[in-house]
Amino acid sequence: MSINLALLLVMGALYACGIYLILERSLTRVLLGLMLLANATNLLILATGGYSGLAPLFSKDTAAGDYNDPLPQALILTSIVISFAVTAFMLGIIYRTWVLAREDEIQDDVEDLRVAETPSFDAEDDAEIPAETSEFPLTMLGGDGQDISDHGPGSGDGDSGTREAGARAHGGTDTVVAGDREMPTEHAAEEEKPGSPNVKPSPEGGGQ
Amino acid sequence: MNIASLAPLAVVLPILGAALTFLLIRHSRAQRAVSIGLLSLTLLLECFLMAAVWDGGTVAVSIGGWIPPWGIVLVVDQFSSLMLVVSSAVSLAVLVYATGQGMADGDKDAPVSIFHPTYLILVAGVSNAFLSGDLFNLYVGFEILLTASYVLMTLGGTGPRIRAGVTYVVVSVVSSVLFLISIAMVYGATGTVNMADLAIKLGELDQGTKTLLHVMLLVAFGIKAAVFPLSFWLPDSYPTAPAPVTAVFAGLLTKVGVYAMVRTETLLFPGDTLNTPLMIAALLTMVVGILGALAQSDIKRLLSFTLVSHIGYMVFGLAMSSVVGLAAAIFYVAHHITIQTSLFLVTGLIERRGGSSSVDRLGGLAKISPLLALLFFIPGMNLAGIPPFSGFLGKVGLLQAGVELGTPLAYALVIGGVVTSLLTLLAVARVWNRAFWRRPADAEHPDPVLLAAPGQPVEEEVLDDEPVADGAGRTGLATPVLSRAGSGGSSTLVRSTLMPRTMVGPTAGLVVLGMALTVFAGPLFGLSDRAAADMLDRGPYIHAVLGEDVTVPGAGAPAGGGK
Repeated sequence: MSINLALLLVMGALYACGIYLILERSLTRVLLGLMLLANATNLLILATGGYSGLAPLFSKDTAAGDYNDPLPQALILTSIVISFAVTAFMLGIIYRTWVLAREDEIQDDVEDLRVAETPSFDAEDDAEIPAETSEFPLTMLGGDGQDISDHGPGSGDGDSGTREAGARAHGGTDTVVAGDREMPTEHAAEEEKPGSPNVKPSPEGGGQ
Repeated sequence: MNIASLAPLAVVLPILGAALTFLLIRHSRAQRAVSIGLLSLTLLLECFLMAAVWDGGTVAVSIGGWIPPWGIVLVVDQFSSLMLVVSSAVSLAVLVYATGQGMADGDKDAPVSIFHPTYLILVAGVSNAFLSGDLFNLYVGFEILLTASYVLMTLGGTGPRIRAGVTYVVVSVVSSVLFLISIAMVYGATGTVNMADLAIKLGELDQGTKTLLHVMLLVAFGIKAAVFPLSFWLPDSYPTAPAPVTAVFAGLLTKVGVYAMVRTETLLFPGDTLNTPLMIAALLTMVVGILGALAQSDIKRLLSFTLVSHIGYMVFGLAMSSVVGLAAAIFYVAHHITIQTSLFLVTGLIERRGGSSSVDRLGGLAKISPLLALLFFIPGMNLAGIPPFSGFLGKVGLLQAGVELGTPLAYALVIGGVVTSLLTLLAVARVWNRAFWRRPADAEHPDPVLLAAPGQPVEEEVLDDEPVADGAGRTGLATPVLSRAGSGGSSTLVRSTLMPRTMVGPTAGLVVLGMALTVFAGPLFGLSDRAAADMLDRGPYIHAVLGEDVTVPGAGAPAGGGK
């Protein structure tokens, strides 16, 4: 009836080495660490079976209380088989990593890095919402009738900005786009003035 | 003998199927028939099991005729049978989906032949874990499903999958070792691994030992369930696997961890010793998970983060150790398995139809494929907890239980739950706005598959090994008669390769199942209530395993102890 100290010391050393090894970046060492951990655990299970020196086999002379508990050994057997399968599988994975990447180190997750590098500003989510979101820029004409301030100074929504620039450049007269048609800026500015007489509002907005 | 003694078949049938499909490895048609047939049979059996214990009554089956404290038992109660039915229904849908995918793509470049046996072993492992009434058998169940999942995770052996597989395998093995260490220590402390026996004997230990064992088991299960500080591995490893595999992992594997946590908290260590740390972990899981989801642009990764986040709800319900909270958590588990799996399946369809799973590269899918939009919209809103759906009902149950508990921490969790729900809605709405509502032209670097307008004869879209349809599409432009035939032919071809009916069907089936959970929420909540009351009482479980004459220690059980 004595505790097997050597077994416990071995178990502790295996746990220490195993934990040290699984903290490495090299896959082979991680695998070795996992194997050491699994074996240390097997020793731990064995230690729960009872004190050393108890009878392992049945004989008529032994009292019922003097047997070693056989169940932990069955548990160890199961766990050995499982860790064997896992070790084989991990060896396969490590070999495959070597074939693919020619390195034994754990690789970083590319998508993780990409997400981390993404700027917090997202053009679609975070862009300033234009004060006027309607399709008709007429209400936002500058005082000189030249500047369309639909999208705020400096930041133009790419699509309609280029359309306006194109409209301004083409021909001699400046035009603005209202809905799907163009009109000279003078007309548009005229319409803007309150109570302007020439406005006969058409259903599409703007004047006739 | 009642029907519940057929419970072992829920494990044996899939294993038998695995053996048969392995023998039929060269005959893919027979393989499909066998695996789908046997899984349907298992599902049918489990429905009978659930019906047998629906109104209460826990049944234990001793394997090999060994008397319970020594032999292994399988225990069927309401919780385990509900989990069995939901998990088998989900795995059947995923199996049909995966088979459809294999048929649509041709089996030549994917090792589909190994898929069926491995998948059935995974199902067997999940069933074993749900049924097990023995701590070591639970470990074996975990190992069966994990080993199968390692293979499925690295199916094909491409670079990204191997990279993700390494993380997954190492983390899982570490958690298994932790579990095994806890089993050894539990055995050393009590001399038994039978869970009903443990429920009695663990109560006699002193508080320090009990807390140590409790924490070790919770950490081991927490890694599997992806509870916050232990959840880092999940979003890295799940998204790279093939779509059906990710779907079944997301639905089942984490829930097996949650199931084990529920058993630990209710059966083995009743009382509220660790409720505060669990609640804090639940809050952090919810909030950190959903904040992670908001940063993602890939739908699969986003869904993996919402998966982590919503595990927090289940842990919240569990940590309250009240009947109301536990019942809501049980309902939530059933809801979440279905919804999360169907969302991942839909993402697989999106990836086929849009050519990518990144929201930046998608657009206009609502117009291109309204059916796909509907299939995404319903589970998406369900996940976010919008009123008519089961997600809302589950969340309301949890919030009610939290308010009933009334401690400051419970209120913090209630607020955290509402915020998480809203942020989930934001995450789902972002996907919806970008992938479904905006014009395809607004997408960055869209895939050619996405830009090809439906109904047009599109050469790029048709697979290269279909020269006949290709030619018909081109010549169709010249003559009107041929044009009709050509465009019709190629568009049906496109539909059959991009959105095959065998893949849309099971997805739609799961979405309908998710809606059925809403419609039948009343009876289901009744079932979860009874299950929660039985589990917190512990009496029915212990009596079913060890016999009626065992006295159940009432310590800490809020229901007031045994009968």
